Amino acid sequence: MSILEVKGVNKRFGGLQALGDVNLSVQENTVHAIIGPNGAGKSTLLNVLVGKLIPDSGSVMFDGQSVLGRKPHEIAQMGISRVFQTPEIFSDLSVMENVIIPCFAKRDGAFRMHGIESVASEAGITEQAEKMLDEVNMLDKRHMTASSLSRGDKRRLEMAMCLVQEPRLLLLDEPTAGMARADTENTIQLLKDIRKQRGITMAIIEHDMNVVFSLAERITVLAQGTPLVEDTPDKIKDHPKVREAYLGEAQV
Amino acid sequence: MLGLNSRDFKLFAIVCIMALVAPILLNPFPTDSALGQSFNAGYPALMQRFVIFGILAIGFNILFGLTGYLSFGHAAFLGMGSYAAVWMFKLLSYNVLPAIVLSVIVAGIFAVVIGYVSLRRSGIYFSILTLAFAQMSYQLAYSVFTPITNGETGLQVYNADPQILMSPGDPTSPHLFGITMNGQTQVDMGGWSFVFQNGYYLAALFLIASFYLSIRIFRSPMGLMLRAIKSNQTRMSYVGLNTKPYMLAAFVISGMYAGLAGGLLAAMDPLTGAERMFWTASGEIVVMAILGGVGTLIGPVLGAGLIKYLENIVSKINDGILHSWFSFLPDWLDNLLVTVIHPFIGKGWHLTLGLLFMAVVIFLPGGLVQGGQKIMGLFGRNKKSDAKDGAKTPAE
Repeated sequence: MSILEVKGVNKRFGGLQALGDVNLSVQENTVHAIIGPNGAGKSTLLNVLVGKLIPDSGSVMFDGQSVLGRKPHEIAQMGISRVFQTPEIFSDLSVMENVIIPCFAKRDGAFRMHGIESVASEAGITEQAEKMLDEVNMLDKRHMTASSLSRGDKRRLEMAMCLVQEPRLLLLDEPTAGMARADTENTIQLLKDIRKQRGITMAIIEHDMNVVFSLAERITVLAQGTPLVEDTPDKIKDHPKVREAYLGEAQV
Repeated sequence: MLGLNSRDFKLFAIVCIMALVAPILLNPFPTDSALGQSFNAGYPALMQRFVIFGILAIGFNILFGLTGYLSFGHAAFLGMGSYAAVWMFKLLSYNVLPAIVLSVIVAGIFAVVIGYVSLRRSGIYFSILTLAFAQMSYQLAYSVFTPITNGETGLQVYNADPQILMSPGDPTSPHLFGITMNGQTQVDMGGWSFVFQNGYYLAALFLIASFYLSIRIFRSPMGLMLRAIKSNQTRMSYVGLNTKPYMLAAFVISGMYAGLAGGLLAAMDPLTGAERMFWTASGEIVVMAILGGVGTLIGPVLGAGLIKYLENIVSKINDGILHSWFSFLPDWLDNLLVTVIHPFIGKGWHLTLGLLFMAVVIFLPGGLVQGGQKIMGLFGRNKKSDAKDGAKTPAE
């Protein structure tokens, strides 16, 4: 069953056709990678999916509901979480608080006036957050300020913040961009574990072919704003059109 | 205790005790001594200012300290609160209860409107918008709305006012069900005389309640959300939280604190004028918060106290007093010292405040609270575990 359905999406920035008639369907319980050379429109597409950009035409349906025109927090409440290229975390807060906030957002919705009872008295939330931190092996760092974490741990924390909400779809925007080899391997392993334990649907935008081919179950290749082909990793590797447009430069 | 953790409860207990025994604590020198004449701050008019501006600063800190949104127009809410309170005196009676209640409500309503518009922008643009609103309020109160505000003269109670709830025996000054605000008990002990004023104690009770509420807000999920907004708004919305209502709630709560302070000012002295809304008054609130320690629980109260102390004490010192202090020195040295110090006292107290402010911002960016922590750190090295706790919960 497809959980995310993109149909005929167009987006122009002045004279540049960033997205031209994009059709994409992400099946539930798969890892779907979107690849393409620089300027292919990957990030534009992602920004359309999370409500940051509104396309000129076309439709984006998540689980039967349109996401177009909705604000980022509404889309997040629908069950789409996003991991950013540079981890977006609450740097001034403690690791624990970073995970507690999404727990509240999941339980209480986009806004709730709860200014009197203390955070410490919310046993259920605290427990949930601790369990999540334990799962990503960060429980011992829960009192640290998030800004003092290493790059890899920040990524891990951001992932935990997304996962604790049990999203229906996890969007990852170049999760290993600018990472050292070891950090990249760790992130791949983390994503594999998450995939295995939670069976979460993921859509990944990525440059690193190593990451793409070790995770993805379906791959869509974008070029100049249009999907070139969509297929399984094995078929993509050998596809002549893809080799020409993309892989020709980077031998895999 | 009281729903607070032990550290917060300790802090709260200290504030309660300080507020209640302030008339004694602030009079450390015998009344007639030279030092007492100059430095004693335990007289009702000044103590009222300490607690009322303390309330104002606590409220301002809920907005600025937690969310980082710098409102440069907070004095507008103070002024509106004062006008509302005086109108209640004019229309109903001198009872302060309806006056204070209305001042909080009026400030709250205006805060909803001003906040809704100003919060469409952040950073410097937000500050400018709030400043514009406050200056607009000031100008309107000064001229256009003269029938409501009595313009330049200021609003006060006249004999011809309706005061429909006033019965013949009632006091003719602000009172709480017969207890007049300016009523006081004087206790003379040796060379000391301590004045316990009803009005001061009413304001002090409001300070204690305000401070308690502010601790609860700081430690609540909402307080956490507000700190998260300061830290990363992008992540806030991608986690599924709507930042706007949280910001508006903080702005309105903070405006209501200012309204309460305005109402109390009018309750202590039933007249008010547009100058309470002037932008320098708003700037003073910012200085109070930064001087004391932004985002800390107790800092803004300390900042408010320090500024009001300097304003009233340093400005009272004149060359004559200086000469009497230095009279034991040779004349030439006495004259030299007085000449050097002269610009910093009397009308020059702003210069003292300015230098102090610069010193704090440069050397103690965490304000007086950080200074206090450093001193505690020097004396209590064995209390290392405490210091670690402090690092975990930055908002003391």
